[in-house]
Amino acid sequence: MSNVTMTVNGKTVSGSVEGRTLLVEFIRNDLHLTGTHVGCDTSQCGACAVHVDGKLAKACTMFALEANGSEVSTIEGQANEDGSLNVIQQAFKDHHGLQCGFCTPGMVMAAADLLKTNSKPTELEIREHLEGNICRCTGYHNIVKAILAASGQDVSNIAAE
Amino acid sequence: MPKDSGIGAATRRREDARFLLGSGRYSDDIVLLNQTYAVFARSEVANGIIKTINTSEAEKMPGVIAVFTGDDFVDVGGNPAGWLINSRDGEPMKEPKRPVLAHGKVRHVGDAYAAVIAETEQQARDAAEKINADIMELPAIIDMTSALSGSNYVHDEIETNQCFDWGWIEDNREATDNAIKNAHHVTTLELTNNRLVPNAMEPRCSIADYNAANDDYTLYTTSQNPHLTRLLISAFVLGIPENKLTVVSPDVGGGFGSKIYHYGEEALVLAAAKRIKRPVRWTASRSESFMTDAHGRDHVTKIELALDKDNNFLAFRTETMANVGAYLSNFSTVTPTILHGTLMAGNYSVPNIYVNVKAVFTNTAPVDAYRGAGRPEATYSLERVIDKAALELNLDPIALRRQNFIKSDQFPYVTAAGLNYDVGDYDAIMDRLEHHADIKGFAERKKISEKQGKLRGFGVNSYIEACGIAPSNLIGTLGARVGLYDAATIRVNATGNISVMVGAHSHGQGHETAFPQIVADMLGVDPNNVEIVHGDTSKIPFGMGTYGSRSLAVCGSAIVRGIEKIIAKGKKIAAHMMESTEDNVDFEDGVFSVRGTNKTVSFGDVALKAYIPHNFPIEDIEPGLEETAFYDPQNFTYPAGAYACEVEVDPNTGKVSIERFAAADDFGNIINPMIVEGQVHGGLAQGIGQALLEGCVYNDDGQLISGSYMDYTMPRAADLPSFVVDHTVQTPSTDNPLGVKGCGEAGAIGSPPTVVNAVINALRSAGHDITHIDMPLTPARVWAAMNN
Repeated sequence: MSNVTMTVNGKTVSGSVEGRTLLVEFIRNDLHLTGTHVGCDTSQCGACAVHVDGKLAKACTMFALEANGSEVSTIEGQANEDGSLNVIQQAFKDHHGLQCGFCTPGMVMAAADLLKTNSKPTELEIREHLEGNICRCTGYHNIVKAILAASGQDVSNIAAE
Repeated sequence: MPKDSGIGAATRRREDARFLLGSGRYSDDIVLLNQTYAVFARSEVANGIIKTINTSEAEKMPGVIAVFTGDDFVDVGGNPAGWLINSRDGEPMKEPKRPVLAHGKVRHVGDAYAAVIAETEQQARDAAEKINADIMELPAIIDMTSALSGSNYVHDEIETNQCFDWGWIEDNREATDNAIKNAHHVTTLELTNNRLVPNAMEPRCSIADYNAANDDYTLYTTSQNPHLTRLLISAFVLGIPENKLTVVSPDVGGGFGSKIYHYGEEALVLAAAKRIKRPVRWTASRSESFMTDAHGRDHVTKIELALDKDNNFLAFRTETMANVGAYLSNFSTVTPTILHGTLMAGNYSVPNIYVNVKAVFTNTAPVDAYRGAGRPEATYSLERVIDKAALELNLDPIALRRQNFIKSDQFPYVTAAGLNYDVGDYDAIMDRLEHHADIKGFAERKKISEKQGKLRGFGVNSYIEACGIAPSNLIGTLGARVGLYDAATIRVNATGNISVMVGAHSHGQGHETAFPQIVADMLGVDPNNVEIVHGDTSKIPFGMGTYGSRSLAVCGSAIVRGIEKIIAKGKKIAAHMMESTEDNVDFEDGVFSVRGTNKTVSFGDVALKAYIPHNFPIEDIEPGLEETAFYDPQNFTYPAGAYACEVEVDPNTGKVSIERFAAADDFGNIINPMIVEGQVHGGLAQGIGQALLEGCVYNDDGQLISGSYMDYTMPRAADLPSFVVDHTVQTPSTDNPLGVKGCGEAGAIGSPPTVVNAVINALRSAGHDITHIDMPLTPARVWAAMNN
């Protein structure tokens, strides 16, 4: 077992982990931040997406020890300071960008990553950016719409009727 | 005008906040004190005799608490099939036992034969690898045709691989044969409905907690229907009395059918928790999901369509082999039969229909209902053979469909496949579709595609589905071993807010938002004062859960019936309060009034009076304001629609891209249009996935070679377009008080033939004499078809 220390959602945390302990296991089982999910075992689905040192990362594909000393942010750290939904989260709610909610934290983290570097993405850019995130419920239509809306773009032409 | 709240409003979902903030509570998020971990040892071969299982080394591994094998469960029951299907000759189907852990034989890759319980998941995993099983591999039975003709059996004791040979409707067989023999034209098509893996994003998870002092159990599990799971465990598998077993399905991350069924892992963790007197938890890896979740579809079908000289449909006749896998999953026998054969009239007036289905055991994972469940298979066969007939007869595919539609003035219409369609207007739906599809503009778009070196094709279809399977009286005669009602308890609290306990289970469908819209409308209260409770057998009435697009039509109707009882009792209380009689009391917009007077009392005052019954006629009225209703519908609901798709095909690679997709559906009355649209979007994505991307493949040895997201192509955002969805045609169902129809499966039912029809159209426009390609239409398959 080795000691690991990192900053998660602005708080310094530490723990004792095995070498094989994944970052997502540390986040879920040790820190009890269960908003980060595990949907596959091949780094494909993106339900475990978090930000590590400002970059989008799949927490199932890093060892906890690899994040030693890093700044990690998870879905639990995304809300506004007063606890209300941030712009992206609110857009997902306004545009029905989620159904069962299981992929949603990863989608929000991926969307935040995109909008950080591309403040007005096109529909195609959004769809391509989500290549590492699988949703089985929404057909992506409303996720794409939500991200466009979160970036302040007009989504009335994407309306379904 | 759109409403702000209540029925018809696009109310934003109240459940979203917890999912968006990361505070959902899925099964795997639940942590119990002193919990232990189960890991399963699973067969690496498709078919084999278990000679010995040596667990001694595993038992000595660090942290190991217990090891289980099939021997530990020989005295308990098996996981049963929920529906008895009889063969054409009257013989009942074959029902081999499905044990908790494999015993004697393993029958598919992933079949669990042992389980380790340890202090940590890693320790359990390490120990499971030390289980030494001597399994003698046998030739795998994979191909359905060989399975039916061969003498190797998945289950030796039944001495056949045929579960049943079902005819629907047997009395129509001769007339159908004659109609086809004497027809002006017969179009024949052989096709495969590809095997799919449901792939809810949340893997299955089950956690058992046993309280020795009370001798009772709690099972937290990823179920679409906690009461059904409890019933199966109690009555058939472990014999735990229902009153000693609570099943909780908290937030569930999608189901699509795969979480309807009871699985052996649920029984294992319960039995283990009792033995070791500590909580036992198991969460599937995605690999385990691929190997052990019930799969979907997997039909091989020959369909014939007979037409007269005026292109009127005379008959449909099909022969289907349906794969049921190695064991009968709970609804595996009704899916390829009742849910498939009865839909074989589609949207059409056709006098003769005969359907034959042979269900086949193979050394593959069990196959059961997956979004659509039998209806996509029926629709795909019909809508592909109709398109082929249009090709052969040089007819416009829309005109051929319209000519043969059941007309709006023919309802109620009893089809030759035995269903009674109550209402519909298929021409009106097609009008909406043609509007959105902009058929006039297709030629210009095709030119543009061709300038870019791409082929462009247009495809269309129509579909009908039957949702909210019912009534119990009828399905009982058809072999159902369950009833298919649902239930709701309306508890008006003393301060006037309302808790509604429902039998339906929400795992993405938005019940927590949509159900209060009904309650708010009927009682004239703020929907925010209504809370929905679901997914816990200790809190809710016995309902049958959520699948088959039944929640609103069946459970929503139970809510309506419950509220009607609340209003009736409220009138009695109000009459007492206003010194009148209940016959003279009206209720509207949350206010009780005495007719012809200005006397009124509010709903809240009546609620308070019910719980503080001072000066209350307790000899006439019980205190409290709580009512339960069970609702058993008198018929299915019959949503219908028409879909149109335009594809581009790259002739150099065979790659297909969806350029436009329009869906026009008739779901009857709509409670929340935003949720309805979302349901259609998701169904479309799954149907397009089936058409272009997804295919579950076993090789001849029975190895699952599409066992991860590296190999099984899930639709991703860039594979799909934005959709145009229209639900302005609304013919309210006449069989439930809300006038609603199911919407959850429509997209998955209607889209596969639409896409395939479009691709065939594109290829033929470039001179390729291609009439059919089996799904999924991967670049390799399309390229091969173009290049022979």
